[in-house]
Amino acid sequence: MAIIERPAPGIIVPALPAGAPAITPTRTFGALKRPVASTGWKSWLFTVDHKKLGLMYGATAMFFFIVGGLEAVLIRLQLAAPEGKVLNADLYNQMFTMHATTMVFLFVMPMAAGFANYFVPLQIGARDVAFPRINAFGFWCFLAGGIVINLAWFLGGAADGGWFMYAPNSGPVFSPSKGVDFWTLGLQIAGIASLTGAINLIVTVLNMRAPGMSLMKMPVFTWLITVVQFLLLFAIPVITVALFLLTFQRSFGAQFFDVAAGADPLLWQHLFWIFGHPEVYVLILPSFGIVSEVLPVFSRKPLFGYPFVVFSGAAIGFVGWGVWAHHMFASGLGPVSVAVFSVATMAIAVPTGVKIINWTLTMWGGKLVFSTAMKFSVGLIVLFTIGGLSGVTHSVAPSDTQQTDTYYIVAHFHYVLFGGAIFGLFSGFYYWWPKMFGKMLNERLGSWNFWFMVIGMNLTFGPMHILGLQGQPRRMYQWTEARAGEGFFNIAFWNLVASIGSLVLTFGILLFLINIAITARSKVRAPLDPWNARSLEWMTSSPPKEHNFDSIPHVHHLDEFFHRKYEEDPVTHTMREVATAEQILAELERNADAHIHMPSPSYWPLVLAAGLPIVALGILYSIPVAIVGGLVILYAIYGWSLEPSVAADSDYEGPSSNGHEVGATHG
Amino acid sequence: MVETATHDAHATSTGLSNVKLGMWLFLGSECLLFGGLISTYMLYRGRVSDGPTPEQIYDIPFTSVSSFVLLMSSLTMVLAVSAAHKRDDRGTNLWLTVTALLGATFVGGQVYEFTAFYNEGLGFTTSLFGSSFYTLTGFHGVHVTVGIIMLLAFVAINKRSRVPGSKSESVEMIGLYWHFVDIVWIIIFTLVYLIPV
Amino acid sequence: MSTRGYIVIALILAAITALEVSTYYVDFGPLFLPSLLIMMVIKFVMVVSYFMHLKFDNKLFSWLFYTGLFLAVGVYITALATFQFFLR
Ligand code: HEM
Ligand SMILES: [Cu+2]
Repeated sequence: MAIIERPAPGIIVPALPAGAPAITPTRTFGALKRPVASTGWKSWLFTVDHKKLGLMYGATAMFFFIVGGLEAVLIRLQLAAPEGKVLNADLYNQMFTMHATTMVFLFVMPMAAGFANYFVPLQIGARDVAFPRINAFGFWCFLAGGIVINLAWFLGGAADGGWFMYAPNSGPVFSPSKGVDFWTLGLQIAGIASLTGAINLIVTVLNMRAPGMSLMKMPVFTWLITVVQFLLLFAIPVITVALFLLTFQRSFGAQFFDVAAGADPLLWQHLFWIFGHPEVYVLILPSFGIVSEVLPVFSRKPLFGYPFVVFSGAAIGFVGWGVWAHHMFASGLGPVSVAVFSVATMAIAVPTGVKIINWTLTMWGGKLVFSTAMKFSVGLIVLFTIGGLSGVTHSVAPSDTQQTDTYYIVAHFHYVLFGGAIFGLFSGFYYWWPKMFGKMLNERLGSWNFWFMVIGMNLTFGPMHILGLQGQPRRMYQWTEARAGEGFFNIAFWNLVASIGSLVLTFGILLFLINIAITARSKVRAPLDPWNARSLEWMTSSPPKEHNFDSIPHVHHLDEFFHRKYEEDPVTHTMREVATAEQILAELERNADAHIHMPSPSYWPLVLAAGLPIVALGILYSIPVAIVGGLVILYAIYGWSLEPSVAADSDYEGPSSNGHEVGATHG
Repeated sequence: MVETATHDAHATSTGLSNVKLGMWLFLGSECLLFGGLISTYMLYRGRVSDGPTPEQIYDIPFTSVSSFVLLMSSLTMVLAVSAAHKRDDRGTNLWLTVTALLGATFVGGQVYEFTAFYNEGLGFTTSLFGSSFYTLTGFHGVHVTVGIIMLLAFVAINKRSRVPGSKSESVEMIGLYWHFVDIVWIIIFTLVYLIPV
Repeated sequence: MSTRGYIVIALILAAITALEVSTYYVDFGPLFLPSLLIMMVIKFVMVVSYFMHLKFDNKLFSWLFYTGLFLAVGVYITALATFQFFLR
């Protein structure tokens, strides 16, 4: 907000100080006036506040999670019994393609982006991100991309080439509907969100840390998010190229994947997996970060081997660039390539193993508190390890030729993605909910939520190992009784088990949604520091004030908040409490900065992002429409570049004489 | 509000400007974009099922001249940046305009080249070579065009003294982008034009 | 750097470009490919170091940019190698 925040005592965001002069929105040169609403829907639509945007990412991603989940249930219903009739072959193809696309690009990635947006600035003691308007733009791009991808359902059928969309299979011959076109253009738009978000968060982490917060004092979550942003920074342009080539082929007749004209069918596969393997770390590392926050808090111990966790995270980020072709072992790469990539892939299990060891040793000898957040974190360690082990079995190329394109692969990536990424996100929900909303999610319901999800997930994906090794191919829309086999390993039985499991899993997730609803209605406010937490984001009110910190804390320790609460007793060498969270917060409030300039809301991010889907639809239906979209984009860039990111001084109260100004940001 | 680059740099943890860090990150990312396009071209440059081959249509003297023009636009760009640092508004506007003109000459040359190639039988859909050639050089051309728009827009805004934030920093950022587009062409010129299949 | 300095750099770049173009007219024999590649790299580095100031600026900028550059060179050369590109 472009208003002065007068830090007022109390937990709730202070209202405008009484008697403040009316705000006069600046008129930017030749364009719209600045929005000034600080409440109501406008305050969300035009916001540049990292916390609001974080919640918007989260809520939108949650919606897509439900969509993707329903698609998954339809797939499992189809495969529950022989000769399933729920979906026809064509719809089945669309269903698994859109399920995976939705889960990867529209749920896990944006949900992690939401957490990153909300908590990275808080964890490093900043008042916002480096480029708040670009941050807002990113969110709207993600939303626009998600809508474009899903619009295809209503306009002739969704994409149907599988989430990796192998060309030439995804060319017009085999995918005649416009689904793939919506998919490429939608991902392109969503990719802008990832790229701009990456630049934004990296600059934020490098440049906006509180005094004293050196890189090696940053919380692990912030660290791993930073690694993820570097992966995105360098991986997104690769898929951008691939998507452009495919769009040019499908919409403008280019020949890139036309094998008859001499094209190489592996070109797409390389481009996709150069992006794709770093992408799997984009999906898992945020959850690794969350777990690394949750485990120490609920073990009442600092994280074991902090530098190892950080460096192994960076190592994963680095080695992850050299293994992509393990997705192509069966494609005829040639023996040298296969050998090289096989060995590199085995190597990447090492830094991953380091993390598992560190987490285990964090819990070792700790006073474990099995809150729901903790349960999900422990669940992640166990389930992810199973997935990692099956991953190592694929890294051995000869055995992978047996496994590839079977349900065994489906089992692997669901253990790492569901058991890993999603369990981590759920751990984050339960851990950070009181910070974001000032209320605790119900722990009892949370426990049921957890157990249904664990049981459901193992019932669903465990049997897929067997199905795969028995030879059930991936992406097969029906199986027949005649070929189901006999005995303990007959696929009829295990398919049924997996389908029942998916319903159990769905019920577990439903419990979570119910929990949200119950919590929203409850009047009980969460204590300020419900978990006895360790890092800076807890050194704010719940939810945090618009400017996060009344005064920017000076950081002396990793786990700064913990060290303000506890000191080591020189005699007994035990930690004893020296201050409560309330006292620490009151102290920050007493030293409040007198003059805080926050970045101002803006129309332009929304207008700019709105131009993109218009261009996309124009490319598919009529070029003049694309030109209109282009004009919208130009207009928005014009307005944006003339609008100072922090409103003019006339938007503020008169200058104060004593306080220092903080927080001016670009954008 | 008047925010000088130094004031800004003061406030950050590394002492470096946010915008400049962001710009370099973006350029690092662009390396992978152009890398992908160049690799696609390299893979497909000799694959001509139909239509002319590269050797038959490339006009090296012509492209050499336009490459030279683009290279020299980097010099004028750098002069604009240095004028901006000296707070010399007239010099800044002058050199930026010259840079834009040189850039426009380059793009004009590219339009001419594309037309000539098309008339000689190389369409976008003619062969793998055609598709990948036009995609790569087209992407580069779009980057140059975006740069020209930024240059001219900046001059227009500057003339009315409407530049928000630090002027010299804005010019420097446009400069970084412009030079990057130039170095991409340095690579394209060698790999695409000078080295035969 | 001074204006003079920039002009000197530009002249060197122009000279190298002239040399590059001359490979089209004069037969360099086995030196053809390596010399072209080396000249390309020199021009690239000169623009980046002097015109983009990377040589004089904070090392962090160099790290960020060259990470992207070397990553790009690394992955794409590897990918081309799996296509047997360099054996043809
Ligand atoms: C211990 C580390 C890991 C190893 C050694 C490993 C290895 C592999 C290999 C070799 C494949 C290709 C199998 C095939 O298609 O034939 C694969 C597939 C896959 N992996 Fe992993 N992986 C590991 C961790 C992860 C993680 C952390 C994730 C994501 C969170 C992940 C997600 C996937 C996905 C999504 C696929 C399937 C891609 C597809 O075909 O659609 N993996 N993994
Ligand atoms: Cu992989």
